[in-house]
Amino acid sequence: MKISFLKIISISLVVFALIVFFLALNIDKRYSTEKIVGKNVDNFEIIFLNNDAVFKKQDLTNDKYHLINIWASWCLPCRKEHPILMRLKKENNLIIVGINFKDKKLNANDFLRELGNPYDFSLSDKDGTKSILFGVYGIPESILIDKKHKIINKFIGPLNVKDYEDILQLVNEK
Amino acid sequence: MKNKFIIIFLCIFSIELSAAEINNLESKIFKNLRCIVCQGQSIAESNSDFAQTIKIVVRDKIDQGDNEKEIYKFLAEKYGEWIIYKPKFNYINSLLWFSPYIVLVFGGLLILKYLRRKKN
Repeated sequence: MKISFLKIISISLVVFALIVFFLALNIDKRYSTEKIVGKNVDNFEIIFLNNDAVFKKQDLTNDKYHLINIWASWCLPCRKEHPILMRLKKENNLIIVGINFKDKKLNANDFLRELGNPYDFSLSDKDGTKSILFGVYGIPESILIDKKHKIINKFIGPLNVKDYEDILQLVNEK
Repeated sequence: MKNKFIIIFLCIFSIELSAAEINNLESKIFKNLRCIVCQGQSIAESNSDFAQTIKIVVRDKIDQGDNEKEIYKFLAEKYGEWIIYKPKFNYINSLLWFSPYIVLVFGGLLILKYLRRKKN
């Protein structure tokens, strides 16, 4: 049977187009945290919420886990996750660092007075640029860092009971 | 006196040139970055909060002396390759880069063959 050159080229083009479509459709086009998790935290310098002192990466201790929580008083889901943070505050093996995102100092302090302050360190990111270091694109977001300052998990959106349990399990792992 | 004027003129001219270069680089980078919280908009086109923050970060990075590649690398590390419109050339997306040329060559051959057959 003689197969014409025209047919071979036509079939190859169709197969090629199908392969390209198949590969393209399988690419995950959503924002993913895979680039952040497993990496060490970049150097950072962020000012405190209530004074001009600076909190640096070197201020993260080597004997405890850190949960960096990015929040704002104007963010409703932050209000929703706040009880979880208050529960995590009781955890001895965990230091919670709050980064107040594009907020007014007065409103942020009112929020903490009203709902309680779960943070061991309260920092302020007035223009949102510091949060880019943690790959943040919306709030609330939380980043769990191990004792070697490696990011071990990232929580997008408000923390829930499942996240709470996951965090407890991770920070108490031997 | 005349020389002084020329020097001052050249200084002003070079400052303006470098400012224009920075602006060009800025807008080139903004256009090549995807606003990941928007629907099909680049950082340059979007007025979202996220886009505004990324613009500040890019400007800061340029001021610090980072080049275009370093800025893309920094943002891709934080948000993944998805944030960059122009995909990086690697073995996974090499097909994407070469596919237009392959289609062009094969398509051309196909047309040529068809025309020859029609002529005969």
